[in-house]
Amino acid sequence: MTSPHQGAPHAPSVPSVIEPQGLEQLFAALLRRNYKLVGPTLRDGTITYEEISSPSDLPAGWTDEQQPGMYRLKTRDDNAVFGYAAGPQSWKRILYPSVLRLWQAHRKGGKVEVTVDKPAEEPRYAFIGVRACELQAIGIQDKVFLHGNYVDPNYQLRREHNFIVAVNCTAPAGTCFCASMDSGPRAKGGYDIALTEVILGTEHYFVATAATKFGTEVLGEVECRPANEKQVTAAEAAINAAAENMGRTIDTTDIRQLLNRNFENPRWETTAARCLACANCTMVCPTCFCHNIEDVSDLTGEVAERWRKWDSCFTTAFSYIHGGSVRYSPAARYRQWLTHKLSTWHDQFGTSGCVGCGRCITWCPVGIDITEEVRAIRDKDHSREEV
Amino acid sequence: MKKGNKPRVAVWKFASCDGCQLSLLDCEDELLAVAGAVDIAYFPEASSAMGKGPYDISLVEGSITTPHDAERIQQVRRVSGLLITIGACATAGGIQALRNFADVKAYTSIVYATPEYIQTLRKSTPINDHVFVDYELHGCPINKNQLVEIISATVTGRKPNIPPHAVCIECKQRGLPCIAVSQGIPCMGPVTHAGCNALCPAYNRGCFGCYGPMESANPDSLSAWWVGKLKVHRQDVMRAYRTFNAYADQFRKQSEAHEK
Ligand code: SF4
Ligand code: SF4
Ligand code: SF4
Ligand code: SF4
Repeated sequence: MTSPHQGAPHAPSVPSVIEPQGLEQLFAALLRRNYKLVGPTLRDGTITYEEISSPSDLPAGWTDEQQPGMYRLKTRDDNAVFGYAAGPQSWKRILYPSVLRLWQAHRKGGKVEVTVDKPAEEPRYAFIGVRACELQAIGIQDKVFLHGNYVDPNYQLRREHNFIVAVNCTAPAGTCFCASMDSGPRAKGGYDIALTEVILGTEHYFVATAATKFGTEVLGEVECRPANEKQVTAAEAAINAAAENMGRTIDTTDIRQLLNRNFENPRWETTAARCLACANCTMVCPTCFCHNIEDVSDLTGEVAERWRKWDSCFTTAFSYIHGGSVRYSPAARYRQWLTHKLSTWHDQFGTSGCVGCGRCITWCPVGIDITEEVRAIRDKDHSREEV
Repeated sequence: MKKGNKPRVAVWKFASCDGCQLSLLDCEDELLAVAGAVDIAYFPEASSAMGKGPYDISLVEGSITTPHDAERIQQVRRVSGLLITIGACATAGGIQALRNFADVKAYTSIVYATPEYIQTLRKSTPINDHVFVDYELHGCPINKNQLVEIISATVTGRKPNIPPHAVCIECKQRGLPCIAVSQGIPCMGPVTHAGCNALCPAYNRGCFGCYGPMESANPDSLSAWWVGKLKVHRQDVMRAYRTFNAYADQFRKQSEAHEK
C-alpha cells in the first residue's frame, strides 16, 4: 500500500513534533507543489471532505456523535482539529467520481469520431486527514482498479499524484469497529506523512512521521523538533485509548466459512423486512466499487456518450440478465452486500471488503448494523447446529 | 420507428394541471431538436394545428376522472403506436386521487350549486388502469431531461436510461450528506423513485415523494423508523404518503395503515 508516485516507502522517520501553526507551513509546502488540498471541513451539519485551502478550514473544536441511522455534530471542549471520526463520504468520491463521462462520439460525414474524456489538468490531490481505515480502503480500491487484469485509467489518473497526510484516530465514533477489522485506529502504511493530534491541558501539538521520501521532503519544510519520549507516549496513549473506545466490535473468526454455510439463514429475511434497498450503505462504503455504464444518444442521432455512474447491488437492474433480475428479493440483495463485504471479497481480492469505518451503520436511514447482523447469524448458525 | 420518416407525436391531456406538458415547452434549448427529431402532430396546448392520427408516439398527461375521459383514452390507445404516460396524474391518479379516500358526492354537493350537472367518477385513476401503457414517466411534474431522454431513446430505438431505484442513489451521487441521518428530517427518498436528482435533499428538505414509489419500496420499515426514532406523529406519516402519488399502491397502503 504505497502512494504510487514515489516508489517504495521507507521506514517511518523518527517522530517529530509540530505546533498547530506548523499546519500552515505544511499546507503551504503542498500548495507550492501545486496540490489541491482536500480535507475535513464543516458542511451541511457534518464534517466532510472538501477542497480546503488553509488550516482555518479544519473543524476546530468540533466532533461528531454517531449511532445506527444517526449523526450529529457536537462541540468539543478543546480546540482539536482532527477530533472526529469518519464522516458521510470517503475519499472514494474523489478517486472514483460518482458520475463521470467516459467518452463522446460524433458522427461526421459518414464517420464516427470518438473523443475520450480527460480532465483539462492532471489531478493532483493532497488528502489531509486520512484515517487508518480509509488508508486500508484506498489500498483495497488500488487492488480493484490498478492491480487486476485491467487498469482503470480514470482511477489511475487521480491516484497517481496523490499525496496523503494520514491522521491517527483519537476520537472514534459509536459506529466504528476498525480495531476488530485490524485496520485501525493506527495508520499502518500507505501514507506520506502521519500525524497524531495530542491535547494535554494547555498543550496542543502533533506528533508527525514521514513514511516516504517525498513525505520527508515536505515535512522538512515544516518547523518541527524531535519528539521527546513523553510526547511519543502521549500520542501512543491517545491511539490506544481510541482502540479501546471503539463503539462496536465484530467477531471475524472464520467469518468466510460462517457466512458461506449460512446462505439460508432466516436472518436474511428478517433484515430484508427492515432494509429499504436504498443503497446508501454501498454508496458510503469506502471500498464498494460497482458502477453502471449508461450509453446515451441525443435527439439528432449525431452524438452519443458513455457515462459511468455509481451503482449498487441493492438495485434490481444490478443483477438484471435476460429474463429478469437474479437478485429480485431484497433478502438476496442484502445477503449479496454483506457476504461480499465480509466473505466473497476474500475469494476475489484476498482481503476483507470491510475496513470497519462504520459508515454503512451510521448512514443507513433505518440503522441496520452490519456488526449486529453478523452477531445474529453467528447466534443462529444453522448449518452448524444441523451438521 | 420507420427510418427516414419522422415519428408523429401527439400530446394528450386528461385530468391534470398541464404542468407536465409544459415541461415539453420548457425544453427551450432542446425544443428545436425535439421539433427536428419528431413531428408534433397533435399538441393543443402549444399549437392550433391538429394533425389526424394515427400517431407513432402518444404522450398522455392526466388521470381518468369522468366517464367521457374513460372512453376517450380507449380512442387514444387505438390511434397510438407507443403510449407513454407522463406525470403523477397519469401514472398514479395525481393529487385529485385524494377524492378516492373520501365521498366525492358529498364534495360536489357542497361545492357546486347544481351538482346534478357534474358527471364525475368516484375515483381518479391512472391511465394504466384503463389501457395498456408502454412506458411510464414519473414525477410531479416530470423532469424535462427525462422527457428528452425518453424521446431520444424512442427515436433511436434504444432503452431509455431512467432508473427505477431510490432517490438516495441520486443523493449520494451528488455528494449530499443524508439529512435524515444528520438532522433527523423525515425524508421519503428511500421509498421514492429517482428522477429529480435529489432536488429537495439538496435544499435541506426531506423528499416529498413526487416521483412515486421506487422499484421495491418498503414504506413499512421507513414508517416504523419515523414513528419510533424520529418521533413523527402517525397522522403526519399518513399525510406524507397522501400527496401527488397518494393512490399509487404502496403509498396508498401506507397512508391507510396510518389513518388511525
Ligand atoms: S462495510 Fe460498512 S463498516 Fe465496512 S468498510 Fe464498508 S461502510 Fe465501512
Ligand atoms: S457490496 Fe455490492 S455494491 Fe459493494 S462492491 Fe459488492 S457487489 Fe458492489
Ligand atoms: S442496509 Fe440500510 S442503507 Fe443499506 S440498502 Fe438497506 S436500508 Fe439502505
Ligand atoms: S437525504 Fe433522503 S434521499 Fe438523501 S440519502 Fe437521505 S433519505 Fe435518501
